[in-house]
Parts: sequence; C-alpha cells; structure tokens
Amino acid sequence: MAEPIILFEKVNKWFDGFHVLKDIDLQVAAGERIVICGPSGSGKSTLIRCVNRLEEHQEGRLVVDGVELGDDVKAIEQVRRNVGMVFQQFNLFPHMTVLENLTLAPVYVARKPKAEAEANAMKQLERVRIAEQAHKYPLQLSGGQQQRVAIARALCLTPHIMLFDEPTSALDPEMINEVLEVMIELAGQGMTMVCVTHEMGFAKAVADRVIFMDAGQIVEQAPPEEFFSNPKSDRTKDFLSKILGH
Amino acid sequence: MRRPSARKRWSWRSQAFRGLLWQVVAVLLVGFAVWFLAHNTLENMRARGIQSGFDFLKGPAGFDIGESLIPYDALDPYWKAFLVGILNTLRVAIIGIGVATLFGTLLGIGRFSANAIVRGLCYAYTETFRNVPILLQLLFWYLVFTEVLPPVAEPVSVGPFLLSKAGFSFPWWVEGRWSVPAPGAFSMEGGASATPEFMAVLMGLVFYTSAFIGEIVRAGIAAVPKGQVEAASALGLPRGLQVRKVILPQALRVIIPPLTSQYLNITKNSSLAVAIGYPDVVSIANTSLNNTGRAVECISIIMLVYLVTSLSTALFMNWYNKRVAIQER
Repeated sequence: MAEPIILFEKVNKWFDGFHVLKDIDLQVAAGERIVICGPSGSGKSTLIRCVNRLEEHQEGRLVVDGVELGDDVKAIEQVRRNVGMVFQQFNLFPHMTVLENLTLAPVYVARKPKAEAEANAMKQLERVRIAEQAHKYPLQLSGGQQQRVAIARALCLTPHIMLFDEPTSALDPEMINEVLEVMIELAGQGMTMVCVTHEMGFAKAVADRVIFMDAGQIVEQAPPEEFFSNPKSDRTKDFLSKILGH
Repeated sequence: MRRPSARKRWSWRSQAFRGLLWQVVAVLLVGFAVWFLAHNTLENMRARGIQSGFDFLKGPAGFDIGESLIPYDALDPYWKAFLVGILNTLRVAIIGIGVATLFGTLLGIGRFSANAIVRGLCYAYTETFRNVPILLQLLFWYLVFTEVLPPVAEPVSVGPFLLSKAGFSFPWWVEGRWSVPAPGAFSMEGGASATPEFMAVLMGLVFYTSAFIGEIVRAGIAAVPKGQVEAASALGLPRGLQVRKVILPQALRVIIPPLTSQYLNITKNSSLAVAIGYPDVVSIANTSLNNTGRAVECISIIMLVYLVTSLSTALFMNWYNKRVAIQER
C-alpha cells in the first residue's frame, strides 16, 4: 500500500477524565471511501474531528496529507486547507449569501482574486445543482439545499480529503436523497472520503470499507459486502440488527 | 370573493370599543396633567413676579467659559454660550462613544482569549470599573490630572504624547504641517492639548462604559453558535479572520440594542462633568439659570438637547440594527 493519506497510530483522547478514543490505529489510502458507524457516544464524530483538529488528540501520532498534527498552528492551517468538512448542522454563515459563503476561504485563505473565486464557486454550485440560489441567504433555503451548499463550500478549496459528520442526520426524510446523490457523485470522482453516517444504503453503494466503532475503539472494519453479510463481533451484530431490523 | 362587511353590533364587551375607550381616557389624563403643570407654573411665576420667555438668549452672557470649540468671550450672547456647552457635551460624548466602543470590543474579545492572563486581566478590569460609581471615577481622574501628574515643565511623555497638569498634549495639524507639543513657560506650546477637565470626563466615561460594553460584546460573541467557529476553522481561517468575518458580524445583532443604551448612557452621564467644572451644556445652563433666574427655560433647553441627541442616537442605531439583521425569508 502506498503512503496513507490519513494515518492514526495509537491515538488516544480524553475529554476531561472520559476516555473517548482508545488506541486508534487507522490508515486511509488516497481515493479511499470510508464509512464510520456506531452507537452514539462511541467516538466516531470525535475521530473524524481529530483529522482536521477541531479536536486535539493527547497521545499517539496523527498524520494527514503528509503533515503531522501537533500544536503547530501553521501545520494545522495547512491541513485544514486540504481537508473539507461537512457538518450535521450545515453551519453555513447566515449573514452571507450562498456565494459569499463559498468565496470566503478562497479569497481570504487561499488569496485568490475575487472574480476567479466566484467563477469557481459557481462551478461548485452547479456541481451540487443549486447554482440558481447563489444570491440567496442560507436561511432562505431548505435543509437539503443548505447541506448541498455546505458541500460546495468545502469543495471550493479543492480539498484532498472530505470529511462528513452525519451529513443527513438533521434533514427531513425527503431531503436525504438529494444530499446522498451529491455525495455518491463525489465518491465516483475519486475523492478521498471519510463519512460518519447511519445511511447503510450509502455505505453499501459507495464505501470501500465500513468501520464500526464502540466505546472509543474500532471494533471491526471490512468491505461493505462482508461487513453487512458476515459481521464478526457480537457488538456489530447487535448494532446492525438494531438499525437494519425494521 | 368579498367578505360581507361585518358591521359588528355595538356592545360594551366589544374589544374594539374597549380599546378606544382606554385610549381616550389615557389622552385625557395626560392632557390634564400637562395643563395642570403648565397652569400651576405660570400662575406661581406670575404671583412671584418672575419673568419668563426665551428673550434672554439674545442678551450678553457675561461669563467666561474654560474651553470652547468656537470663538467665544463673555460679551457674546447667551445662545452662543449654550452652543459652546452643547458642542462640549457632543465632543466628549462622541469621542467617548468611539473610544469606549473600541476598548469594550477588545475587552469582550479578550474574555475569550486562549491566554489565561489576558482573560484574567479583562475580567478584573470589567469587575473593577463597572462596580465603582462613575462620579467617583470622574473625581479620581480629575485628581490624577490636577494632583498626581507632573507640572507642565516636566511632562510624562510617550513619544510625542505628553501628560502633565496641563492635560494631554498631542501632535496636531497646524497651519499646513504637523506641530509637535513641547513644554512652554506656563502651558504646552505647539500641537494640541485636551484640558485636564475634558480628559477627566472622557476617561471616567470611557473606563466606566467600556466595562459594560465589554460585557455586552462578550454576550454577543457567546451567542454565536459554536458550529460557526468550527465551520470557519475547518475552512482554514486563522483566528483573527474568524473573529472579523464570522463571529463579530453575527454577534452584532445581539450587541446593538444594549449597546445603544450604553451610548445613551455616555451622553447623559457626560452631565456629571458639572462636578469637576467641565463646561458641558448642563454646566452652562446652571450658570445661566443662576444669572438670569429663567429656571424653566434653562431646564427646557437641557431637556431638549438630551432629547434630541438621545433620539437621534436611537434612530441611527435602529437603522444600523436593521441593516445587520440576518435575512431569513
């Protein structure tokens, strides 16, 4: 295997006294699509938030896109520029139009000329099929539209890795599909993706590997066919029976 | 389809009728109160032979004023003395608002600093200055300028800025070039100076009010959802840009209404200047009142000045508040 684009080595993290990540070892290859699932509180969100250092780990080594994450501010900013993130609550900036949301980082962080940033932003909006809303404000859009804008915003910095933290959990059921379609398209274009989700249909359709976490540990990881048809541990079986059992 | 015109039958229990009734009662009560006060005052003034009317404004004031933005001497009419007072009030209020906003914003942001010392200092500042009565603070600063600071001849200097019993002196654009102040025989020469009285009022207002503004800014920042900062971080925005582009613009909606109250407070608290002899509009009105005995007129002028400044501040801030409001539909 070539040099992994994300490398966790014996990573540990505590929230005060609570041990959230226990000896995490994980390698993600460039272009790989990973789905992480597990019960709430299992540490899956914390795990991907460590990748762009929204959370800091206290022990172990974490290398992202060739840069080791520590308390070096410049290294963190470099990693963040190359890693896009999509949140459960969209987190669009409500005081800016859709277009301004998309051009903020390219103009102020990547220092691109405004016209170029706007042209690229329009291209990304077309990619998520929402270009006609460019001049509206986020709160004027539906949840599904907002989440697609959020994906386009992350794409504007041409990231090497995309992180999705439960991107469809806050959406009304009829809007989940429009977001998943965009994510599936993205996966088809060779983007490295790490996605925390309970959308098992999505996992089956696009994931190269499904990771199951419980109590801060990676319990099981396998390609989706094997993961769903032949789970090894009892905890995985129990989890799958709960989320697939109805 | 047009709704059939529903002419309600008149009834004591009709909401519309009761609403109208209360409004009529309220207007009558207010009208009576105003008539009663005006009538009483006029009767009493006539009984005591007190003159009334604003004609005194045209007569010579006959008193000197310590500092003025416009040329003024004791022979000038009263209206001009009032104008000097109004300008002095506006000057200390406007500069005070500017500086207090700047300090307060820094204080509020400082409360979220990653550095514990910065956080602690901002906290200590806030708790100290908002809990000491402002009149005491004015007297304190006046004492600093008149007693503690060195005489004109040997000022404390920070670069071209000088502090002494003559007040605060700084370089200023005079006759087409920068003029730097230097100690003279009795006062600073060159540059420009702010009197000890002005400085004491300004510093009292700024130190006191910025503590409150700091708390308002802190509340505003705290009201911005955590996800906003996370999204900005995830995009690689450095902390300074996060504050400028994402946090402050959203905090403003929460900050502006209470900030307006603080601006009004600065303007009104500037009347405490009377205590240390800074010639603001209240101080001028007091002197005029003593000289002429036109109490109602002088108090009316004070009320009018504060009413106009307060209403215009409020109007401007409401307009600004609408502008930064977040568009939702």
